[in-house]
Formats: sequence, structure tokens, C-alpha cells
Amino acid sequence: MYQYDSYDQQMVDTRVAEFRDQVSRRLAGEITEDQFKPLRLKNGLYLQLHAYMLRVAIPYGTLSSAQMRMLGDIADKYDRGYGHFTTRQNIQYNWIKLEQAPDLLADLASVEMHAIQTSGNCIRNTTADQFAGAAADELVDPRPYAELLRQWSTFHPEFDYLPRKFKIAIIGSDTDRAAMKLHDIGIQLVQNDAGEIGCRFYVGGGMGRTPMIAPVIGDFVPPLQMISYLEACLRVYNRYGRRDNKYKARIKILVHEIGADEYRRQVEEEFAHILTLGLEPPPAELERIKGFFEQPGFEAGLSDDLDLSDPDFALWVDQNTHAHKQPGYAIVTISLKPVGGIPGDATADQIRLMADLAKELSFDELRVTHAQNIVLPHVRKADLYALWQKLDAAGLADANLDLIGDIIACPGLDYCSLANARSIPVAQKISERFADLGRQRELGELKLKISGCINACGHHHAGHIGILGVDRKGTENYQLLLGGSEAADTSLGTITGPGFSEDGIVDAVEKATNVYLAQRSDGERFLDTYRRIGMAPFKEAIYG
Amino acid sequence: MVEQTLRYRDDEPVGDPAVTVDAFAEQSNATAVRIEPGDDARALLPHLDRIALVEVNFPAYTEGRGYSAARILREHGYAGELRAVGDVLVDQLSHMRRCGFDSFAPEQDISREAADKAFATWPEVYQKTVDGRPAIWAKRHG
Repeated sequence: MYQYDSYDQQMVDTRVAEFRDQVSRRLAGEITEDQFKPLRLKNGLYLQLHAYMLRVAIPYGTLSSAQMRMLGDIADKYDRGYGHFTTRQNIQYNWIKLEQAPDLLADLASVEMHAIQTSGNCIRNTTADQFAGAAADELVDPRPYAELLRQWSTFHPEFDYLPRKFKIAIIGSDTDRAAMKLHDIGIQLVQNDAGEIGCRFYVGGGMGRTPMIAPVIGDFVPPLQMISYLEACLRVYNRYGRRDNKYKARIKILVHEIGADEYRRQVEEEFAHILTLGLEPPPAELERIKGFFEQPGFEAGLSDDLDLSDPDFALWVDQNTHAHKQPGYAIVTISLKPVGGIPGDATADQIRLMADLAKELSFDELRVTHAQNIVLPHVRKADLYALWQKLDAAGLADANLDLIGDIIACPGLDYCSLANARSIPVAQKISERFADLGRQRELGELKLKISGCINACGHHHAGHIGILGVDRKGTENYQLLLGGSEAADTSLGTITGPGFSEDGIVDAVEKATNVYLAQRSDGERFLDTYRRIGMAPFKEAIYG
Repeated sequence: MVEQTLRYRDDEPVGDPAVTVDAFAEQSNATAVRIEPGDDARALLPHLDRIALVEVNFPAYTEGRGYSAARILREHGYAGELRAVGDVLVDQLSHMRRCGFDSFAPEQDISREAADKAFATWPEVYQKTVDGRPAIWAKRHG
């Protein structure tokens, strides 16, 4: 894992001191809430429906056990004993007192963490494949590039007042686990015929009220020009992105309105100019960073055999572990989706337990996934059973990864000041309706995603089944979408028709799954069947 | 206006009023020009040798185009005064300076002490820009 040097540490320490000063000026009444708002937003501090919410950055979703432990301690010390992992691989605390926020940031800084640029119209925390450095199917580890990107984007002076927020994701395998094409910029590290590594830039994707899949803008940018290419992409956007309407201000609208070819032409022109300026960190800097991401000291020659005689353990291994690049090891995903629970929530004790398990069994490392789960990236297969038993005892062994119970949901109207409808109760009711694990496994991979408003923090456009909460004449109403995907086969869901009540949407989801069970061919997932047979049979079952 | 300007240059301030970018192209004796957010700073590049002052207007602090305009001018060798005017806040001064601004005429007065404190807050920077400060990556690899 990357470790701060004195420069990095000074950056976050200075930020804490600056924010402490800003908060004390606010508490003393020297500045108004209006004046304070842009300052606190630069530190991820939102004023929500009931309290301040603080969003902590987890750069490219990677944590050490010490950092994870601190997140648990913060949940106890400053919140109500839990935290909420988000679809941006971050964590949010929902019950923060303004006067304590500077101390919280200081605690974060003590473990090389911060809340910098977790809100505002700037470059947000970069996300990445949660299996980086571990996945058997990986071409290149994206984390060194993500760290280079983190430093470049931190306090970038030109891009702090963009037309709108800006989200970047980076992956290094063909399997897209980071919803890369649904970001303002998605970077895939690829290899050309000559065996060289390059960055493929997808620009102009996004969800929100106008979902779009990003087109390829830069097909093969040399890694040692990645920062310069980003500068060019951002500069064109900063200059020409729309600022007259916040709902048309994301880069996807610019790319859509002028067209990918014209946007590419402008970027290439700017890129040629920027290459003359020497803005790119030298190769030695990338090498320095890569040094922090060398593979841990795996034991060689371990067996891949597993004793699966305990049926519950066998189910969990089948569902929640993935192939590791090192023989004898597995990638473990810990589901934060218990039946009837709040997706992405974990208690302070659970967070600390996961930290301890990472220290003991996963080379001190954890990851947060955009699907709001936690990953232990490097676990010896021989340790899986003991790990599973400890997780099970803590309520963390749900074997439902990528099944219908593994729901993504935004905080919704229970917390969020932008929401039109509650997301959490809908997620809870659906997970209770489908509580039986055998039934979930019968349905197979089925990604269900719920947003409580059109801003789409719950990724409803990209759900095999998506649910969008809207406000209809003062009543919460839920629209159903089918056919979205955030994976390498990215697609956007289609609305089935008129919306439903809270209970009605649960019934509608069940009817859609019944259509799938009746119509599927061998080996088809829900999404495959939908793509083959189209909307009509689903509509008939749901509304007929 | 000029008496409220925070200026970080040694030369004499320009007395001429700044004209619009459109007017500037037609007035061959003009030496001061004002860029509005929608203007293309590159339109000035053929005339850099006769410009002594560029004002960049920030009608609202959230308006970010002026940061790019400033950098583009400096990247192409503009050495005259580059002044940020309008809704310029103390918390933005440091970023503006890094993008090449060397004078500031904020609507709401900012004291020189407050400005100096803002400039001194961040001793190191992650990016190379146009202010001549070495990026952290340059210091790491001396």
C-alpha cells in the first residue's frame, strides 16, 4: 500500500489546521453559513436533513487495517456507532457535530486519510477495481496510476471550480468491476500488439438524470503522458462545459452536444500544447509509487484444495470468493447486505473486526467496493474456514454477493436533503422478500440498485433491476427499470411503465423475477434473458 | 478600484481602462483588455507583445473558466499584469496565483495580511503550473 512521505503528510495536516480555523470562525459567528458552505463542502462536510454528514475519502477504495480500525473508532467517537460505505468506495458518517469535525479530520490525518474533495465541483476521489493487485484476470495493477492521479488531482488550482463535480475511475483488467464507462473519465489500462501498456480514455459517461455511456476518446495514451492527457480533457471541459444549468453541466453533456469527434479534436489540440509544458511527473515518480504496490510475500506452492464439507461454508466460498492470481489464495468479499439490513452500513465493532481479520489474514489490506461491500484481497485458502467462522459470528457471512440480496442503495430520504423518496426501507423489504438464500441462488446473478432521487447515487440506471424513487404529488413513488449493467457490457436500464407504491414495487420486482424463471434458457442470467426476450413479457406480467 | 488592488508586481500599474476582447482586436493602440468568462483567451495570443494588463472577470466565485484563461496566457509567454476581478474570495487567492494571476481586485476587500496568510498556507504543491514553483514530484527526484 502507498505510504505518505513528509510532503503528503504535510498536505493533510495543513488541511486540518485550515479547516479548524474556518470552523472556529464559523462557530464564533465571524462568517455566515453562506460563507462557510463552500469551505465546509471542500472538506466533505454536508448539512443533511438531521445533522452534518462527513464523507471520508478512501482513495481507490484501498485501506490498511490501521486505517480501517480508525474508521471504526471514529464511528464510536463522533457518530452513533456505525458508518455507511458508499458507491464511491468512500465512507460517510451521518451524525457529525460541527465543533467536532476538525478533531475527526485530525484523527483521519493520523492514519494518512482525509476528506479532501469529497464534495464540490472539483475532481472527486478516484475509484478503481477493488480486486486490483489480486485478480487472476488482471493485466496491470491500476493502483500506482490511481495514486499518481490522487496526488495530481489534490488541490489542482485550475480545476477546483469546474462546471460540476468530476469522477474518475481506473481499471487494469477486461472485467470491469468499477462501472468505469459510467464515469466522467474512465481509464482502462490496456496492452497493444507490441506488448506496450497504454491508457484507454473513456470520457463523458455518467448516471444522474441523463445517463450516458462514455465513448472512447483516447485509444492508447502512453502511461507517462496520462497526467498531461487528463489536463487536456479537464481543460476543454472547464472552458466549454455548460455552466448555465447545473443539470446540463457534467462533461457527458458537453461530449454529447459537440460530439465525441469534436471533443477529441479539441483534447488532442490541447494535449499537443500541454506536452510542451513538462507537467508530467517523471518516470522515477511512477516507479517510486509502484514500489509501494509490489505484491506481498505470498507463500509459494500452496494447494488450491478446500474442505467444503460444511454446506454453509461451501455456499459462501462459491458466492463470495474470487480467483486470485497467486495459487493457494483467494479474494474474499464480505457482504454488508444482511437480510433486512441497511446496504453498506457497518457497526464500529464490525469495522474493527474486519480490520483485525485483514491484519491477521490478508496482508494488512482491505478494499471497499462500489457495490458497498468490503474485500479482503489476499487470503490463504487454508485460512478461509476460520475466517468464515469469525465473520459468521459477527453477522458478516451473508453468502449473497451479486445476488438479489446484494442491493446497492443510496441513503435516500432517511438522511439525504436531495432525496425524493426513501431507499433504505425498499431495500430492506426486497431483501426480506427474497431472504431465502436458495431462492436467491436460483435467481443467480441479479444486480438490484435503488436510488432515492434522479441524481442516481444508487446507480439505478445500471441495475439489472433498477428502482428510482420519485415524489408524486407528495407521495413516495417508485419506478422500475430493467436491463442496466455497470460491467464491461455496460447498458442503461429502461423504465417499465407507471410507478408503484413502496409495497407495490416489491411485488413488481418479484413478478419480474418470475418472468425470468419461466423464460430463461440454460445458463442465462436475468440480464441475458431480458436482453433476449425484451421488455414486453415483463410488462405484461407486471401490469397485466 | 485600483486602490483596492492587491498587486504582486514591481512595475508601474497600467492606467488605461481595459476594453473587451472584441474591441481590443480593433483598437491597435489598446494595452489593457478584459476577459469575460465566455471569451477565448487564445484570441489574445497574436497580440501578447502589446498587452500590459489583462483583467479576468469572475462574476461569481464558482466561475472557474478564468483559471484556465490565466494559465493559457502564461503558458504562451504573457508576462504583463494578470488581474483577477469580481467575486474573488480570500480562499481562492492561492489557486489563482498558481494559475498566473499577480494582481487581485476583489469586490469585497481582502486585507494584505489575509492575502499573505492565504499565500503562505500551502508551502508545497502537487502540480507544476505556471507560477514557477517546483511540484512535489520534482522535489522528490531532485
